[in-house]
Amino acid sequence: MSFPWANEYKPAFGLTQWLDEKLPLPRFVYNAVGAGYPVPRNLNYMWNFGVLAGFCLMLQIVTGVILAMHYAANAGVAFDSVEHIMRDVNWGWMMRYAHANGASAFFVVVYLHIFRGFYYSSYKAPREMIWLLGVVIFLLMMATAFMGYVLPWGQMSFWGAKVITGLFGAIPLVGEPIQIWLLGGFAPDNASLNRFFSLHFLLPFVIAGVIILHIWALHIPGSSNPTGVEVKTESDTVPFHPYYTAKDGFGLGVFLLIYCAVLFFAPNALGHPDNYVPANPLSTPAHIVPEWYFYPFYAILRAFTYDFFFIPAKLMGVLAMFGSILVWFFLPWLDTSPVRSGHYRPLFRKFFWFGLIPTMAVLFYCGGAPAAEPFVMISQVASVYYFAHFLIILPLVSSIEKPEPLPFSITEAVLGKDESAVLNANPTAA
Amino acid sequence: MVRLFGPLVGLFFAVALLWSFGNGAYTAITEPAAPTAEHDFHLLPKKVHFASDGAFGKFDKAQLQRGFQVYKEVCATCHSLKHIAFRDLAALGYSEGEVKAIAKQWGTKQPTFDVKSGERGERDNIASDYIPAVYYAGQGVPPDLSLITKARHDGGAYVASLLTGYQEQPAELLKKFPDAKTPDGLYYNPYFANLNLSMPAPITGEGQVTYSDGTKATVDQMATDVSAFLIWTAEPKLDKRKQTGWAVLGFLLVATVLAYLAKKNIWADKH
Repeated sequence: MSFPWANEYKPAFGLTQWLDEKLPLPRFVYNAVGAGYPVPRNLNYMWNFGVLAGFCLMLQIVTGVILAMHYAANAGVAFDSVEHIMRDVNWGWMMRYAHANGASAFFVVVYLHIFRGFYYSSYKAPREMIWLLGVVIFLLMMATAFMGYVLPWGQMSFWGAKVITGLFGAIPLVGEPIQIWLLGGFAPDNASLNRFFSLHFLLPFVIAGVIILHIWALHIPGSSNPTGVEVKTESDTVPFHPYYTAKDGFGLGVFLLIYCAVLFFAPNALGHPDNYVPANPLSTPAHIVPEWYFYPFYAILRAFTYDFFFIPAKLMGVLAMFGSILVWFFLPWLDTSPVRSGHYRPLFRKFFWFGLIPTMAVLFYCGGAPAAEPFVMISQVASVYYFAHFLIILPLVSSIEKPEPLPFSITEAVLGKDESAVLNANPTAA
Repeated sequence: MVRLFGPLVGLFFAVALLWSFGNGAYTAITEPAAPTAEHDFHLLPKKVHFASDGAFGKFDKAQLQRGFQVYKEVCATCHSLKHIAFRDLAALGYSEGEVKAIAKQWGTKQPTFDVKSGERGERDNIASDYIPAVYYAGQGVPPDLSLITKARHDGGAYVASLLTGYQEQPAELLKKFPDAKTPDGLYYNPYFANLNLSMPAPITGEGQVTYSDGTKATVDQMATDVSAFLIWTAEPKLDKRKQTGWAVLGFLLVATVLAYLAKKNIWADKH
């Protein structure tokens, strides 16, 4: 797809002309992320995070492949092989810290990308498929990150694997066989470590594949924008290159500055000290917590403390935890307001800033806190709001809210006036 | 369909959560959680300053050598240091000859096994050997110390606090929790998570080691020195990491400023 005014690729040299006839790869790139892709001219810095997420995936693949050259996925030596990387491999410490903190950076960037989607309702028609694929990518990322955290075979690796695979044990009847099948045994051991390593290596490439679909789906309607008003005329857009390559370049610089500050000066700040203790099946850590990026969902899991009629509390927790992410799949149909951008939705905006965001912050804090009062009760209240926000408040707000007036076009939103609004009575024809 | 079932699913989770909340609140009121000795008497590590602290901190090699001496003469009786090879000690400022001598004179020898004759024996350590494992038969399991300062919150300060934190059990504790009396064979230390540990105070008095550089071997000095040494064993590449970090940040700062100017220039006619 493209808008009719998109620049056309014109190979300038003999070689590129020859290539364009045989395999038009340069044309493909030109149309995907080059001067041939017209993008709304009003994107703010929240639109930088897609490119940054792609960068993080490449960073993880490159550092991960290098780490895999030195790592040994065997329960007897895995922990020591990580220390070997830290001490004896040239620049191994940097690769490992880059990879461990790269996972955190990836999640920071993706959370910002997702919450940008929430605020600007980027999930609405005609962009539902982009959103659905995005949620799939997020689920794949969670699986990949969880299995990656098991690989160093420290205390949190082992007990995290035990707790998370134990979740499947909550499923009635088939739960326990599934759990044993996933682990390849009755408890995490060598078989689990080996398969987690294999899958941890595979899944990033699956993610890369789904990202290609995500971007393909994006190029059909084109990018959304902060006004939520669709592109009407050429003056609403700029070519991706050089405008957004330059803007993304600056964004990448800022991102790398923050990421490298953590990598080189506080590389263990986001980790847990217990994971520098080798895995010991006979010694349970005082507080088993997942990596920080799972805290909100872990808080929801632990919020169910009493059996609900005939449903065991653990099963409720598991259903709710998976449900808390699966609900995102239904957002395009739960939020029926015709206006996209939260910028023009006064009531929606209030629930976003004073409801959803503080709730996520509270769940985040409670997920990392010990499973004791008052944190359990606080996370119960926050979880109620979380589900209510997406499943009850959002549909209600969509039907009762009176949106603020939208600008005529993107051009008007940027320049304060749009000549086509005056000259052309039928802008959709443009 | 979604708009019909969505609110129902939302209500289902909300009611189940409120059910848990109500039960939890009732329990919290009727049976409030009893205070524990660990909760009331456990202390966070003291503030201890190390030369390697902060973004500009660097290891103090003289201190690391003193710390190594404390490890060798005190800790090594019970604790292994399996991730450190003798050759690594060159980073503390020892010459090649000194490293070889340290290896050769190390008390625990390397086990050998002759595959032809099947005989087991011993040989002296050489520089490329890792510090031999220590086998401990007494009560408790002395952890390997290579990573101890990374395996505890605020690790360096934790080790120093623990080493100097041994004391009599406070009378107040026994009054409040009569059942929490330190069992025989364990030692009270408020910096330890559950207050009682198997390790008796290892650093018992001034002058326990004799520093060759003339530093006065007070209890605090020895505790801080060995903690500094254990910060090094946990991350021997710490200095290089920070040094690299400054170079990287410097480069990125320049590159980001240039990227900003390029962006501003390109967008000049579009705002």
